[in-house]
Amino acid sequence: MDALYLLVPLSIVIVFAAIWVFFRMSDSGQFDDMVGPALRVLQDDDKGEG
Amino acid sequence: MSALPREIKAADGCFHCGLPVPANSHWAVEIDGLARSMCCPGCEAVAQAIVQNGMTDYYRNRTDFAVTAEQGAALPAQLRLYDQSTSNDVSRNPDGMLEATLSVDGLRCAACVWLIERRLGQLPGVVAANMNVATGRLFVRWDPAQCKLSGILGAMREIGYPAYPFDPARHEAQLRRSGKTLGRQLFIAGLSMMQVMMYAVPAYLATDGTLEADMAALMQWASLLLTLPVVVYSAQPFFRGAWAALRQRALTMDVPVALGIGAAFIASVAATLRGSGEVYYDSVTMFIFLLLCSRLLELTARRRAAHALERLQHGLPDAAQRLPAYPASRDTVTVAAGDLEPGDVILVRPGEPVAADAVLLEGQTSIDVSLLTGESAPQQKVAGDAIPGGAVNAGQAALLQVSRRAGASTLASLVRMAESAGQGKPALSQWADRVAAWFVAGLLLLAAAVFLFWQWHDAARAWSVAIAVLVVSCPCALSLATPSALAAATDSLLRRGVLILRPHVLETLHRATHVVFDKTGTLTVGKPVVRDVGLYGGVEREACLDIAAALEACSAHPLAQALTSAAGGHRLCASDLMQFPGQGVAGSIDGIPYRLGRADFVAQLSGRFLAPADMPGVSAVWLGREGSLLARFDLADGLRDDAHDVVERFRKAGKQVILLSGDQQAMAQEVAQKLGIAEALGNQLPEQKLAYVQRLQREGAVVAMVGDGINDCAVLGAADVSFAMGSGAALAQSHADAVLLTGKLEALADAAESADAAMAVVRQNLAWAMVYNMIAIPAAAAGLITPWMSGIGMSVSSMLVIANALRLRGGRKGS
Repeated sequence: MDALYLLVPLSIVIVFAAIWVFFRMSDSGQFDDMVGPALRVLQDDDKGEG
Repeated sequence: MSALPREIKAADGCFHCGLPVPANSHWAVEIDGLARSMCCPGCEAVAQAIVQNGMTDYYRNRTDFAVTAEQGAALPAQLRLYDQSTSNDVSRNPDGMLEATLSVDGLRCAACVWLIERRLGQLPGVVAANMNVATGRLFVRWDPAQCKLSGILGAMREIGYPAYPFDPARHEAQLRRSGKTLGRQLFIAGLSMMQVMMYAVPAYLATDGTLEADMAALMQWASLLLTLPVVVYSAQPFFRGAWAALRQRALTMDVPVALGIGAAFIASVAATLRGSGEVYYDSVTMFIFLLLCSRLLELTARRRAAHALERLQHGLPDAAQRLPAYPASRDTVTVAAGDLEPGDVILVRPGEPVAADAVLLEGQTSIDVSLLTGESAPQQKVAGDAIPGGAVNAGQAALLQVSRRAGASTLASLVRMAESAGQGKPALSQWADRVAAWFVAGLLLLAAAVFLFWQWHDAARAWSVAIAVLVVSCPCALSLATPSALAAATDSLLRRGVLILRPHVLETLHRATHVVFDKTGTLTVGKPVVRDVGLYGGVEREACLDIAAALEACSAHPLAQALTSAAGGHRLCASDLMQFPGQGVAGSIDGIPYRLGRADFVAQLSGRFLAPADMPGVSAVWLGREGSLLARFDLADGLRDDAHDVVERFRKAGKQVILLSGDQQAMAQEVAQKLGIAEALGNQLPEQKLAYVQRLQREGAVVAMVGDGINDCAVLGAADVSFAMGSGAALAQSHADAVLLTGKLEALADAAESADAAMAVVRQNLAWAMVYNMIAIPAAAAGLITPWMSGIGMSVSSMLVIANALRLRGGRKGS
């Protein structure tokens, strides 16, 4: 049980870190388009076009 | 790669857009080694451009057909106007690059995004092209030395996506910012909620002595620390709302919510500091999280509505011919429609649309307002008459004086209306607010009374019981009940093509007893179609239609378009085309002169005259060549495909269906008979329509009116709830409460069903919130409710309400 005295404060730190990361990503526009990027990587130009 | 792995089923339709291919057409493009048939030259050109640019992959990856490509959509001269655009559509970077945000029409699936980005990437000079699928915005950055905005827009049209410069600062920046803030608030609330719950569970589960006092205190402090940002940052909207309400001396739902949050949080902090007492951190965070969820739902619906309206605006023309030196000189310059100022004189040629609201300066002409009003017959206008922007000049070249800037048109005010529609409160919400005011007042009195009772009975518990009453009473579920249901229904309707402009639409439509339809443009297509072809010479029907289509190749007149579409496009080529305004057109095909138009006009060439048969509502167009009369085309307004179904659905729902038309009684009767409408009134002037609807209302009817024209404005405004057809550049929609964007009547029947469903959900939600409170409040007052019970009760009742509302969103997706 003593481990909890370390883990509970650690969990708080993690939550605040997560909030910080989320804000930074939100500022950089990562959440502006939730659909496009996932599909974009799958597509390619015509191969061996002739 | 001969097979298309994820090919969508094209059946016999156009490979590009999926629409049926007209018989005898010859448009085709070779894609992946197979000749694919196309429905029109527009689609053919687009598909050709896609294949030639090495982007056949588009057809492999798409999950939906493209939008039908417009013929002649790429007008280089007009696009070039954007290069000199003076507005803030385009911004310059310090390094000399230009940037612009474009709004793109016709996005169907992810493959479209790929196609657009890839095509622009191939243009020399384009540095970055970034398409946002969610908002339909394209961000481009380019080098002005190597390419121009018109080139970019041209390349977009080439592959079938009309794009328009768009000023991000002007539009919906507000909505986007609030969306971003709301997202952050929701994230913090959600994350904290999960974490706080983890600390709360051991305390709830612990029996006496199993949880050390130190550990319990640590977890309470941890919860306090995590709840703090939620109360300070995420709960801002509720505290602000409550404060605004209190300043206006009103009690809205925000008041008990803010009060609940505040009281529970302060009591918990006090308990944590003292080291004894109940804490409500988990309830507080969950409270805020669930309420924010509902706000997000509302905001999404509002943003979608703003987008839909913006697309409507693209119906107006981009360019106009201005006469800068009128009346001294009649030289014209092409200017962007957005640069027109009131007082400018513009020239509108036959077949061209009018760029802004204007007044006819001299002469007379006939104006086709079918795009705006659906009335298929052109209207005669003389000098001094007002002509709305978007109307098409069907007569002769006309000089107009601009009366209002294109941007200040009725459409611009429509956009503002749709944005505010989400903010305005429907009567039902207002009712809920009034109930809430009483509920809040009663609740506060009750909490005070409970506090006093427990003070006398068991002073130690007085404070905690009073807090429990406030927390468990769940103003949360009550304040979620109506807005979440209405937002979900509005959103699902928009996806099916119904844009709601005023907030009361759903509830009034639900109560409607009578549905009144206008005829032309509403139950009928609003433009003529070829109904019958009479043959007089030895030439076949198809050949006659081909000849007619070739002669009308350059005309934007609705009758011409009817002939062209009946022929399935242009296959012949005519030369020496001459327009005779008001009479017809002459031209030669393969050296043989032809005439198409009024009987007497054609008779001058053919020498044979047949007295025109007079049928109401049918226009006859004659075709002849030297020495012989070839054909007579009977053109009349055609019924909408879905009109019958929709009338049937309303009748089954027990609503009275009525047809009110400005047309002759005989025609109104004919349409009514075909559709099974019992009551049909023809020859109705706008005042008579208005009087009729008002009489119905006096008799206690709730009237839903469906119309499409400026002539219907008065009656649309008077009806309890009104719908306007959204085909074309519909300026007439400002008096309606909702717009049918797809121009399909079916959407109206869907709207009625959605309205019923939404009202049912609202009633269920309110009933549930009431039942819950009637059980929970007395229990809390009696001191039987512990914090964990109130937490569970509050969240379950709220989630039930939201989940119930979300059922409304699951409507089938419109095409």
